[in-house]
Amino acid sequence: MIEFEVPEKITGIMNVIETVAVNMMRPVSRYFDENEHEIPWDFINFMQTASKGMGGSTSLAPSSKKEGPRIGYQRLASIVEGLSWGDSGIYLCLPGGMLGSAAVMAAGNDEQKERFLKRFSGDKPVFDAMCMTEPQAGSDTSAIRASAVLDKETNEWVLNGEKIFVTSGHKAMLDSEGFIVVWATIDPSAGRAGMRSFVVESGTPGAQVTKLEHKLGIRASDTASIVLQDCRVPYSNILGSPTVEKSTKGFKGAMATFDATRPIIAAQAIGLARATLEMLKEMLAERGVNIRYGLPRQKMTAIEKDMIDMEIQLRSAWLLTLKAVWMMDNGKPNSLESSMCKVKAGDVVNKITQKAVEIMGPIGYSREYLLEKWFRDAKIIDIYEGTGQINRLVVARKILEYRSRDLR
Amino acid sequence: MYSFEPTEEQKMLMDAVDRFAETDLRTAAHDAEETGAFQPDLIEKGWEMGVLQASIPESYGGFGDRSVVTGILAAESMAWGDLAGTMSVMAPGLFTMPILLAGTEEQKKKYIPAVIEGSWQPYSAALVENTFDFDPNDLSCKAVESGEDYVLNGEKTFVPFGADAKALVVYASLDGKTKGFILPAGTQGVTISPEREKWMGLNALPFHSMKLEDVKLPKANLLPGEFEPLLDSSRVAIAAMAVGVAKAAYEYSKDYAKDREVFGVKVAQKQSIAFMLAEMAVEIDAMRALAWEAAWMLDNGKPDASKQAYLAYTGSVDMVMMVTDRAVQILGGHGYIREHPVELFMRNGRGFAAFTGLAIV
Repeated sequence: MIEFEVPEKITGIMNVIETVAVNMMRPVSRYFDENEHEIPWDFINFMQTASKGMGGSTSLAPSSKKEGPRIGYQRLASIVEGLSWGDSGIYLCLPGGMLGSAAVMAAGNDEQKERFLKRFSGDKPVFDAMCMTEPQAGSDTSAIRASAVLDKETNEWVLNGEKIFVTSGHKAMLDSEGFIVVWATIDPSAGRAGMRSFVVESGTPGAQVTKLEHKLGIRASDTASIVLQDCRVPYSNILGSPTVEKSTKGFKGAMATFDATRPIIAAQAIGLARATLEMLKEMLAERGVNIRYGLPRQKMTAIEKDMIDMEIQLRSAWLLTLKAVWMMDNGKPNSLESSMCKVKAGDVVNKITQKAVEIMGPIGYSREYLLEKWFRDAKIIDIYEGTGQINRLVVARKILEYRSRDLR
Repeated sequence: MYSFEPTEEQKMLMDAVDRFAETDLRTAAHDAEETGAFQPDLIEKGWEMGVLQASIPESYGGFGDRSVVTGILAAESMAWGDLAGTMSVMAPGLFTMPILLAGTEEQKKKYIPAVIEGSWQPYSAALVENTFDFDPNDLSCKAVESGEDYVLNGEKTFVPFGADAKALVVYASLDGKTKGFILPAGTQGVTISPEREKWMGLNALPFHSMKLEDVKLPKANLLPGEFEPLLDSSRVAIAAMAVGVAKAAYEYSKDYAKDREVFGVKVAQKQSIAFMLAEMAVEIDAMRALAWEAAWMLDNGKPDASKQAYLAYTGSVDMVMMVTDRAVQILGGHGYIREHPVELFMRNGRGFAAFTGLAIV
């Protein structure tokens, strides 16, 4: 039955999340924007404790407990939306499994899930990260050059290469007992078919964080470069079934990670966009501009048209996101829907944050207010986890029933 | 809970309506648009699927309970086939639904069964007025109390089946509030334009304008209920039909782009076209979700339902224009000629901004 009721379990959590957002994120938003590379430990430590009170992790790794109808991803999307409403950069410092765990969840075997994910249920905050991009390979993941060679004598994989733009790479490798998931090729001549993913744990010799980026926005979140130099990991750290080394489905398996992560990025966009639209509405109301609903367009002011359109776009983008996570929760294939909601949310958050700066004029442009920061924070949504263009390509291939070679 | 899955019953209804839309409406749409009329047996066939009857309780001659969600699922499916055909089939609802939602028990008993039981008959409503900034909440057609009657004065346009309708619900402003009145055919003071109105699209459906000069209606003909629920329901119905038309245009242009070659590849293999199609798919799904949510809110009496219906309607109007325009663009010159349906989709698509009150579920 078609239904749009927020489950009570989620409503309860959202009240907590809102309190956190208002009291622990907003007041320090500007500070961590202007003091890049400082880590918001107060927030991190609080969330580490609080997430237990909320009945489990707030991470991408869903709890194994069966609790009636499955709402794990919907719950996560809601939490991410709520925290990003607080601050989308600080949200990215949320301890507990993120993109690395998502890869383990999507592509790992049971032994690996147990070994790598249980660390998130301890007392200390733990981080993970996904290492995909390289200096010469961004969207085109098949151009990855990092290599994994099996040392048959020791039964270890030897990783070499350079990874950049690793979100939370520093926190995963240096600030916690976390791990990174590294994409590398076991056969450079095989293109995509040679691609596999490997878990490298914090403290592994040969994995070194070499740089932290200075960014346009989401400055509270660290973005690291990691160099792998003869970095050795056990054979069993290759994600997938024991025969994954021989299989040609490694790349597909790893790509399946995106089905889970793209709606979560969309949720981040929605939280940020909602924060912007709400603040814009308040600022306008303080200045005597109120939005009237129900009028024909010919009777609306230009600002009313903009505001109402933004509200339409925001709500519909959130509904697309909920649809994608609903499918995820119910075991329905959602590659199309997860890319669709990412496309829409990326468009919407950029449009709304740009429009807010435009409508508020000098107030929008001023660093005394958060609108300009949110405008900068928004841009990343259309870039990571597949740019807006890559996701359009994914959607187009799906709806046209084309393979990669049919539509490049 | 959230769920995007219609019930089994709704799916069966949608399947049936889909079949009618594809095999009957779509195949007849071109000729109907050119000649200005559907064959009556086609309208009757659509009527017999019972979409409207299923939303009227048994006590008034129907066989179900009203659900806005079910109504818009059917409306979207049917509008995929043809918009004028859908509005024709559903026109009697313009008369029965306002009575069901805003009428007295007596009015329901008196008027609804006569429409619902038996074959399709021309019943309709008159809401739209011929002003550029038409606002359903601010009508220039006025009703004034006078003894035992209401006296109505004003002009209406865009009245479906205006010339043949056995009765209409006509909307007028009473003390500044929009109210519905039951107007039987042949009431004195009503002048219906003998000529059909000429619109950019919807040529298969006869529209007429109407003049009301000191039209006296007994007080028993006033629908006492609020206008807002009627407007909300109309808005989500129109939104759903916009989604249906957009989906039709999107699918047609997608199939065309996969079929036609250009520079040695299929048109759809060009990113500029493929991305257009991807965005059309995203926007259609986004507005469908918004309409569904609004419908669900209306069914469940949620406080913001009215606003949500307005948002869904407003968003769909923009979406259907964007999508139908792109469909024509993807077909290029072939999109501009009337052999392909996309130019009709576009003409109908542009009209949605003016279609308030032409459908209700």
